[in-house]
Amino acid sequence: MSPNLPLAYLALSAILFAIGGVGLLVRRNPLVMIMCVELMLNAVNLTFVTFGKMLDDISGQVIVFFVMVVAAAEVVIGLALIVAMARRRPDANADDLRLLRG
Amino acid sequence: MVSLLWLIPALPLAGFLLLLLLGKRIGEPFAGWIGTAAVAGSFITAVVVFAGLWNEPEHTYSLKLFEWMPAGRFSVDIGFLLDPLSMAMILFITGIAALIHLYSIGYMHGDSRFPRFFTYLNLFVFSMLMLVMGDNLVLTFLGWEGVGACSYFLISFWFEKDANASAGKKAFITNRVGDWGFMVGTFAVFFAFGTVKYVEFLPKASGLAQTTATFIMLMLFIGAMGKSAQIPLFIWLPDAMAGPTPVSALIHAATMVTAGVYLMVRVNPIIAASASWLPWVIAGIGVATAFIAATIAIAQTDIKKVLAYSTVSQLGYMFLAVGVGGYTAAIFHMITHAFFKACMFLGSGSVIHGMNDEQDMRRMGALRKVMPITAITFIIGWLAIAGVPPFSGFWSKDDILAYALHKSVVLYVFGLITALLTAFYMSRQVFMVFFGKANWAESHGAELANKLAHETASTEGDAHADEVVDAHADAHAGQDFHPHESPRTMTIPLIVLAFFAAVAGLLNLPFTENLEFLKRWLEPVVGATQTQLHLSGSQLAIELVTSSVIALLGIAIAYGVYLKHKVDARRIELPLFANGWYIDSTISNFMGGLGRKGFELVAMFDKVVIDGAVNGVARATRGGAMRLRTVQSGYVRWYALMIGVGAVVIVAFVLTQVSFS
Repeated sequence: MSPNLPLAYLALSAILFAIGGVGLLVRRNPLVMIMCVELMLNAVNLTFVTFGKMLDDISGQVIVFFVMVVAAAEVVIGLALIVAMARRRPDANADDLRLLRG
Repeated sequence: MVSLLWLIPALPLAGFLLLLLLGKRIGEPFAGWIGTAAVAGSFITAVVVFAGLWNEPEHTYSLKLFEWMPAGRFSVDIGFLLDPLSMAMILFITGIAALIHLYSIGYMHGDSRFPRFFTYLNLFVFSMLMLVMGDNLVLTFLGWEGVGACSYFLISFWFEKDANASAGKKAFITNRVGDWGFMVGTFAVFFAFGTVKYVEFLPKASGLAQTTATFIMLMLFIGAMGKSAQIPLFIWLPDAMAGPTPVSALIHAATMVTAGVYLMVRVNPIIAASASWLPWVIAGIGVATAFIAATIAIAQTDIKKVLAYSTVSQLGYMFLAVGVGGYTAAIFHMITHAFFKACMFLGSGSVIHGMNDEQDMRRMGALRKVMPITAITFIIGWLAIAGVPPFSGFWSKDDILAYALHKSVVLYVFGLITALLTAFYMSRQVFMVFFGKANWAESHGAELANKLAHETASTEGDAHADEVVDAHADAHAGQDFHPHESPRTMTIPLIVLAFFAAVAGLLNLPFTENLEFLKRWLEPVVGATQTQLHLSGSQLAIELVTSSVIALLGIAIAYGVYLKHKVDARRIELPLFANGWYIDSTISNFMGGLGRKGFELVAMFDKVVIDGAVNGVARATRGGAMRLRTVQSGYVRWYALMIGVGAVVIVAFVLTQVSFS
């Protein structure tokens, strides 16, 4: 394995994370926002796997499973919220939800 | 048998609860009989327990019902300590209270709040029993406050009249001053010993630092001064006579006001551990109170006021006894005083009742013919308090004087002068009320009575003026004004009390050790610290003869002044005495003028600094929150940005702190 290969993976994950983060901040469509969050989570997963490989430690890969489980749960809740919102106001975006701030 | 102990306070408590809930429905006279039965049952239980206590080791028994306040190292139980001292107190409290309950059935007849009166009385007896039976200072304090509250309720029982309501308030507020001392004393006991239980801290008292012991005693003494009406906190007791007469007899003569003496005797090991000047303070205040109150009693015209000042004076004797180390003598005098003073108070109540609520002694006279039983019992009480042998007061007063002489001649001389004054003013009262000319007969005519009522109303501004007006209005609206003997429920307690007032001296005759029953009985409680007094036969004889001569001299002077009119009474009844040495008015003036300014200053400080701090904190919190809440905008992407910025800041901070070398 070339010594620069892990760095490439880390760079890729940093780029993915940045794309996800910017997307989360600029887009108003809740569905897209959730996708951005997914993107960020998977960027993090990629770094975990990379570091695990670099340090010869299996726990980096184990944590990925936990992240996936949590991400799945998050998507379930998020999608349920989106469906509920779409039923009430099909054209609503994330900023319209600020009425719920209490 | 002795384990029935809990029943003694439980019965009055049950009576109180029953009357509280159903009193109105039960009505007169059964509410009175229930109250009387509860207290009488308590007395019978006390006698049974007393019999059982003989078999207990050291005549001491304690019973813990449950833990009341567990808080770390500090714990207070609802527990009773039965020892010779509390047993003696319980016996005379329940006994006299039962008689006074019985008396009240007759006295309160026709009162619109008849059941409520007995509700309060039962609550009072319960509180008083908690006071003397409690095995720790906090429980005693519970009873202490309970009797204070009942005293307040009962002084202002006829609260329709402003004067009665303010007399109640005066008693309550003056007592608070003393209660402060009691509380600080209790805290100090806890800091010094880590416990407030008598059996745990009293034996350790001798190991206490002298200054600590002195401080504790000084504080507890302030508490006792308030409750037992000693100078300068005695001003509430004469006003407390605004309450119904049975209340004056029970609470403000026989039982509650002796609580301070009880407390002093209870903590006698701490007195022994205090600085040597402390007993002098107690004895000094006691004898000063005895003397000053006796001089005031000389010039009073209200039949109950004389007895009230006389009570203050006798309480002074008890404190004198405590101060000179004669604890037995203090308890002995407390018991005999309870008998003869209750007897006389009830007697005065009977007179007031028979005279249609007349309280001014100048309008009485020659009542022995129309009220023979009242007169005879009152006369026995009079002979007892005046110290005429062989009545009870003679023995107990002489016991105190013997201890006083052992300590100092000055205390003894003042004690003797007070004894002379006592004999004098009590004889004055008896002569004015029961002997001499019948002054009530003069005011027989309606016009005269009206004129009289008018006069009193305009000259005297106190509560009593209204009563006179009412009394005369009543008397003349209906039928003719006839003094009459009271019903049997009132005369039976009088007879019983008079009997004990005559013979209670047998409890503690000074001739041989065997006759000193009370002294031997109290030995386990006070024996270690009591002044040891060994009088030779001749010393004893001289003291007894001196006391008798003084008593008879006082009576003789009063006879000369009030029956033979050899001396004008006005030369003896100085305005200084009639106005109570101007103590009351001085306090009023101070509180109304300079004191009031001081209090306003304190109120200002409270408003600006204390309230300002509290409100300031609240205002700052609210203002801060108003600004902070704008952060929660509801824009999810804004939150995400905040999280991102926060993460960047934290990472940047970490990077500056960590070196990767």
